[in-house]
Amino acid sequence: MGKENTLLSIKNLRTHFYSRGHTIYALDGVSFEIEKGMTFGLVGETGCGKSVTALSILRLIPYPPGKIVQGEIHFKGRNLLRLSEEEIRSIRGKEISMIFQEPMTSLNPVFRIGDQMMEVIMLHQKVGKPVAYERAVEMLERVHMPDARKIMRQFPHQLSGGMRQRAMIAMELSCRPYLLIADEPTTALDVTIQAQILRLLKEMKKEFDTSILLITHDLGVIAEMCDRVGVMYAGSIVEEASVEDIFKDPKHPYTRGLWGAIPRMEEEKETLSVIPGMVPDLSQPPTGCKFHPRCTFRFEPCDRFVPPPAEVSEGHFVACFLYQGKDGNG
Amino acid sequence: MAESLLEVRGLKKYFPIQKGWWKERLYIRAVDGVDLSISRGEVLGLVGESGCGKTTVGRLILKLIEPTEGEIIFEGKDLSKLDKKEIHSLRRSFQIIFQDPFASLNPRMTVAEIVGRPMEIHGLVDRYQRDERVAQLLESVGLQREHLYRYPHEFSGGQRQRIGIARALATKPKLIVADEPTSALDVSVQAQILNLMKELKEVFGLTYLFISHNIGVIRHLSDRVGVMYLGKVVEMGKKKGLFQSPLHPYTKALLAAVPTLDPKKKREEVILEGDVQSPINPPRGCRFHPRCRYALPRCPKEEPLFHFVEEDRSVACHLYG
Repeated sequence: MGKENTLLSIKNLRTHFYSRGHTIYALDGVSFEIEKGMTFGLVGETGCGKSVTALSILRLIPYPPGKIVQGEIHFKGRNLLRLSEEEIRSIRGKEISMIFQEPMTSLNPVFRIGDQMMEVIMLHQKVGKPVAYERAVEMLERVHMPDARKIMRQFPHQLSGGMRQRAMIAMELSCRPYLLIADEPTTALDVTIQAQILRLLKEMKKEFDTSILLITHDLGVIAEMCDRVGVMYAGSIVEEASVEDIFKDPKHPYTRGLWGAIPRMEEEKETLSVIPGMVPDLSQPPTGCKFHPRCTFRFEPCDRFVPPPAEVSEGHFVACFLYQGKDGNG
Repeated sequence: MAESLLEVRGLKKYFPIQKGWWKERLYIRAVDGVDLSISRGEVLGLVGESGCGKTTVGRLILKLIEPTEGEIIFEGKDLSKLDKKEIHSLRRSFQIIFQDPFASLNPRMTVAEIVGRPMEIHGLVDRYQRDERVAQLLESVGLQREHLYRYPHEFSGGQRQRIGIARALATKPKLIVADEPTSALDVSVQAQILNLMKELKEVFGLTYLFISHNIGVIRHLSDRVGVMYLGKVVEMGKKKGLFQSPLHPYTKALLAAVPTLDPKKKREEVILEGDVQSPINPPRGCRFHPRCRYALPRCPKEEPLFHFVEEDRSVACHLYG
């Protein structure tokens, strides 16, 4: 892990939301790094803070009610949290871009696909209309859109879900970003279309040498796409490892529970393993380890202290007291 | 083969739409000739992508919408030949669990009212017994007696789906149509609901028609599986055989498209190209032929018949006879 290879490094990020006198601790100390050319997957259930992490990176958290209260986000040597509004705007869409779950809500319904794509290109690449047009057509062809010139004249509602997501990807990659944040990019799509889009993302990653932060709740997508994986629970990363390690040898009780809860294609089980209880209310998170009320392995320190991440094998970090001490400092 | 509880033959549903200035009448062929049968105590899984007509099949079977054509035979009785009164009394035998637990419970009713209402309608309880029966049902779906007088907004998604299940069980039905019951839930909650449904099936002797786009979930719960594409069942068979050796090219592609949980295993490249065609004007012949890599010269011309290729495995494809 050479430092010069690190593209994005997040340290101890805390994003809180303030609502009706409550503080919602949406992110409570998130740290991870993404290297150049890597696909990093963030996985977790609804409300665990995956999307808030993505929005925090781009400083898109609406204030009020939300606020990044602590932490550092270093991107290519600059702390994004220290930049002026103008500086961050020149990074958004150019150096870091983002695709969302439902392309219909992120494309503007009253503008043609072509106009929306050309706007991005003209703004960030400082080129004129004819050049932008040709570049947009080229990008649409790169994402295998049939009849790109016709698509340029169409409105988002005239395209199918898969096609819209292709158009979105073409638009976001048109400025050759260093980092692409994909927030549940295939959740709204059918499996056969999902397979097409995932293949496209892989292809584009190679072609443009882009790193990807992939956010999803689908472990299958993670297994297929990612190099490294972070498992999030209630606003923190509880386990981080290479994709091989985390599927072969999940350590944290939450990760293990999550892995066991999935009905698999390959093998049959009579009953699925279940994580008892529910995701905690983040305005009153449990003390100590946030997973302890649902954990079957909890013991004495769990409700009093927050377990720090411990390296159980090379590059495999687990934030759980069961594994403290194995690296000699517990 | 066990006694069949439900038989469906030649089921069709066309939804009329109007298009253009001259009000040209067009039809969305949502379901276009579906045959299936469900034996008592069986779980039939219906899988397919959005717009393939799986939900419409479920609604037709429950008589929530009227079929354009076709027969639905429940316990030997043809539903289209019954009058309103007979249908009404038969309705307690089939119930539905909906996808969205936030939209399918009336926010102004308490749990006791929601779950108790079907029992009142069918005259199964009087006022005084109602809450006691509801409490028993709540306990059997993993909720507590003290939840009786609460409103839906006080529950989480998983708990609401449990209320929906209790409501479906209230009339002691024989057949339950579960239309994507876990699609709105997180995986850990989904596992709880799937385990519950499996358990209840044994306890109450239920038969399920389980509709889902999630192939892992279908595989977990079903005994037999039907695969739908553009309003038709293209393949049907016992779960094990169908998942181990899919025959229809669409089934093959669908199964191959599901990401596996093994990062080392690279998937076979049988990714389907293109999008699903429109059900307004479906392709001639075999509906899958424009996307099929094995298409024969006859595929665009003749529609393949849905026929048995081995015991309990039928497929609609020219490659198989």
